[in-house]
Amino acid sequence: MEWEMVIGLEIHAQLATKTKIFSPASTAFGAEPNTQACAIDLGMPGVLPVLNKQAVRMATKFGLAIDAEVARTSVFARKNYFYPDLPKGYQISQFELPVVGVGELEIDLEDGSTKMIGVTRAHLEEDAGKSLHEDYHGMSGIDLNRAGTPLLEIVSEPDIRSAAEAIAYAKKIHSLVQYLEICDGNMQEGSFRMDVNISLRPQGQEEFGTRAEIKNLNSFRFMEKAIAFEFDRQMDILEDGGKVVQETRLYDVDKGETRSMRSKEEANDYRYFPDPDLLPLVIDEAYIEEVRKELPELPNEKKHRFITHLGLSAYDANVLTGSRELAAYFEAVAEAAGGENKIAANWVMGELSAALNKENTKLSDSPVTAEMLGGMIKRISDNTISGKIAKQVFEAMWSGEGDADTVIEKKGLKQITDSGAIESLIDEVIAANPAQVEQFKAGKEQLMGFFVGQVMKVSKGQANPGQVNQILRDKLK
Amino acid sequence: MSLEKQDVEKIAHLARLAIDESAIPGYAEDLSGILDLVDQMSAVDTDGIEPLAHPHDANQRLREDVVTEENQRELLQSNAPQTDAGLFLVPKVIE
Amino acid sequence: MKEKTLAELSALIAQKEISSVELTQYYLDRIERLDGGLNSFISVTQEVALKQAAAADQKIAAGTAGPLTGLPMAHKDIFCTQGVRTSCGSKMLDNFIAPYNATVVEQVSNAGMVMLGKTNMDEFAMGSSNETSYYGAVSNPWDTDYVPGGSSGGSAAAVAARLTPIATGTDTGGSIRQPAALCGITGLKPTYGRVSRWGMIAFASSLDQGGPMAQSAEDAALLLNEMAGFDPKDSTSIERDVPDYSANLNDSLKGVKIGIPREYFSEGLEGGVENVVQDAITEYRKMGAEVIDIDLPNTNLAVPTYYVVAPAECSSNLSRYDGVRYGHRCDDPKDLEDLYKRSRGEGFGDEVKRRIMIGAYTLSAGYYDAYYLKAQRLRRLISEDFSNAFSKVDVIMGPVTPNTAFRKGEKADDPVSMYLSDIYTIAVNLAGLPGMSIPAGFSDNMPVGLQLIGNHFDESKLLNLAHQYQSVTDWHRQAPAGIE
Repeated sequence: MEWEMVIGLEIHAQLATKTKIFSPASTAFGAEPNTQACAIDLGMPGVLPVLNKQAVRMATKFGLAIDAEVARTSVFARKNYFYPDLPKGYQISQFELPVVGVGELEIDLEDGSTKMIGVTRAHLEEDAGKSLHEDYHGMSGIDLNRAGTPLLEIVSEPDIRSAAEAIAYAKKIHSLVQYLEICDGNMQEGSFRMDVNISLRPQGQEEFGTRAEIKNLNSFRFMEKAIAFEFDRQMDILEDGGKVVQETRLYDVDKGETRSMRSKEEANDYRYFPDPDLLPLVIDEAYIEEVRKELPELPNEKKHRFITHLGLSAYDANVLTGSRELAAYFEAVAEAAGGENKIAANWVMGELSAALNKENTKLSDSPVTAEMLGGMIKRISDNTISGKIAKQVFEAMWSGEGDADTVIEKKGLKQITDSGAIESLIDEVIAANPAQVEQFKAGKEQLMGFFVGQVMKVSKGQANPGQVNQILRDKLK
Repeated sequence: MSLEKQDVEKIAHLARLAIDESAIPGYAEDLSGILDLVDQMSAVDTDGIEPLAHPHDANQRLREDVVTEENQRELLQSNAPQTDAGLFLVPKVIE
Repeated sequence: MKEKTLAELSALIAQKEISSVELTQYYLDRIERLDGGLNSFISVTQEVALKQAAAADQKIAAGTAGPLTGLPMAHKDIFCTQGVRTSCGSKMLDNFIAPYNATVVEQVSNAGMVMLGKTNMDEFAMGSSNETSYYGAVSNPWDTDYVPGGSSGGSAAAVAARLTPIATGTDTGGSIRQPAALCGITGLKPTYGRVSRWGMIAFASSLDQGGPMAQSAEDAALLLNEMAGFDPKDSTSIERDVPDYSANLNDSLKGVKIGIPREYFSEGLEGGVENVVQDAITEYRKMGAEVIDIDLPNTNLAVPTYYVVAPAECSSNLSRYDGVRYGHRCDDPKDLEDLYKRSRGEGFGDEVKRRIMIGAYTLSAGYYDAYYLKAQRLRRLISEDFSNAFSKVDVIMGPVTPNTAFRKGEKADDPVSMYLSDIYTIAVNLAGLPGMSIPAGFSDNMPVGLQLIGNHFDESKLLNLAHQYQSVTDWHRQAPAGIE
């Protein structure tokens, strides 16, 4: 039987606020255990929550960015359960009335096509702390620094049909929240975590199968593997006539498989009810318009502008708008290059990306700034250097030898365009290769390449290749 | 509404309360009595009435995103039953 | 000295007839001598008190004192007091030294008042007799075989026995007004949101409200002036100016419209209590007030509604007591679940467990709509009863409780009959209104309270009506015999 998978994603994006969602303690990553857990975060007797203004603004931005209805009234509710990393015995979240309602997001697939994925809702909630599983006298240690960190939980419709679509969607959200500057997107630090709901159904069947939820994935690669594993696991069960159990599973990175989370095996009864310590969150029209004005150009808008105004291909535009930072870098390069957009795109996606990858360097730390790269491209377009020499210039800039003009000057890499100078180089080559000249004249036209190569060699690559071709042809006639 | 022994056990588990076996019948009786009292609510038709969660018709106030809490770990952990290296200790958590 | 009200003591201090240290020592001695039989204090903070008193005396000498500087008071043990055990009447918090001050504690301390100690209370404020306290029952100073009411029973008994000139209390369903009535003192539950809940250990968040428990309305106004106010740390606190509650005490009552709800005088109200309340109403007529019969048709639904809303909120509020970060932890937990269940099972008393379980049940899957949501809808109906009434009258008056104080143990095994004794106070919390209890006489030698209910933020009016009554009667001046 042919099986189709149905996937829905729940993404937890940690909002880039300075303080917790309900307390004025810092959210900075990496502090000593429990040094950023104040009385409110610890759920001490008598403490009360007060909502962070910035968290609301960030959630509103997200809602507007996916064309969702931003709720005029939303309500915080308590999700009740006992767990050591949950200090109050309940998590403050939003249940019936989330701050962001139905929206949608266009994703780009590998074959160049696009697909709309529905977003069911996005709601504000507080993060839990951490249980550390190293051994402390046979016990577990609890660090509550993360408790109370604001999260935006973004829930998709079950519109996703493959691991590739799931990744395209997750990457799109990942890029969007960074564009909006509401999340740092740092997956190692847990700022962006994904839960995957996955079920299988026979191809053509309307009804959904029973789903399993794979929790807490913090890499796209792991997500892809987890989905693949889960597809096989569920398919094996179904083909053997078995039933998939609705449960929460964890992806074991070392074994490359998912396994059931035993501790959460029992059916939870979260006893949601409106948090009586908090009042309804009311957002008015004026506020929404104010936030709308703050929105940056969004990835899709930018992509379309790159295609229509900058003349890039859809593929290039998609890659270059993958992050706000990359797009900004590219635009700065193109501008410094005097509008050589296509060449700029090639260099950013080619040499620059390769160098960054090779040296494992972040774009923001690149030794070649956008201005330097643009300046270099300008020297290609005004024939000061050839594309080939440019690679040498780029390497020199990368090693910190200065900008393009400095490198060209210092290394004497300026292209030779003086016909007299080129003629004498050609004469030199003709004189040194009498046999080849004979053969050429006898009709072996393929030797043209050989002569050009020789001329370029003696010019150390600096002769203008077009001129070399032209003059050679005249001389060898 | 009359609660049985197993209802009490289920609720006690949900609320994470250890209840002595011998005390369960007493709880079942008391809780049933309270639920009988509460069930008087059903005498009134409340269709179309908006639930009231708070005495005042007020909105949530928002706090500026400014860090004002400094590290007070030592003070805040002074009541903790068991800590080590700044961590609260609990019996092993198994996931 | 013990007959003196807070206002009178304030004058003595201002005239330098007595120092704060002397006054504080006087009350500490009374507590030492007399509280053994009452058990109204859980902790007596002698050291803190004398230190604060000495500091107050310096301020007085320097001429920087306010009206309450140097005056002793006591806090219900539900308010967090930094460096001092804050038990909430529970074994769960028997070892809990609060790491911070409640806003109320901070405000009272900033006013220069001296904390004598922390008063006894029903465990986590759940009870109407003060018998659920881990620290033992409190005796009613009028007859020590009787309960003082609850949950602020310790504060009520301490003020009635003049072990402190004034105290704080909290009221979720009547916990200030009912013990005030049963002990013959003046208690005021302010409008919900008027007094900060920060640091006031939560029972039911949408109902809890702190307020003064005093010998007179004049005293209650003085303390409320310090307790009331907007607190940015409490989202449910109301941003609204605080009037001077002492300013309108002497306003004339001519033309004031007093509503008498028929439903508060129906079956269940003890004859002796009814007579006292009717006499008090007659007194108001004499002072020029107009008395109008009104209806609060959903009165009988207040208790059932409350016993859904309050336990639901409490079951969640009390989940934090899990033996991990503070509070009671069982010995040798064998696993996490054992840690939770035994720590909570051992740390909480029966009444708290009952309410947690009722709350967990009514919120659980399948029951939420029938219980919690239904109760919230009824809460609106009850609240609307009051807004309708306040379109016709200025103040509502009636009994605080159907009976005077009952004997210890009498209702301890019957939670429902205990709950029903709060029938006249509970609706006020559901609607978030201010309510007061003032001494209005006796029935069988036990005090009877008169309840005054005002519209939202009408505390000044309630205090005005109470003070006027106290200007023409002396019930509030009567102290229990045998406590010298």
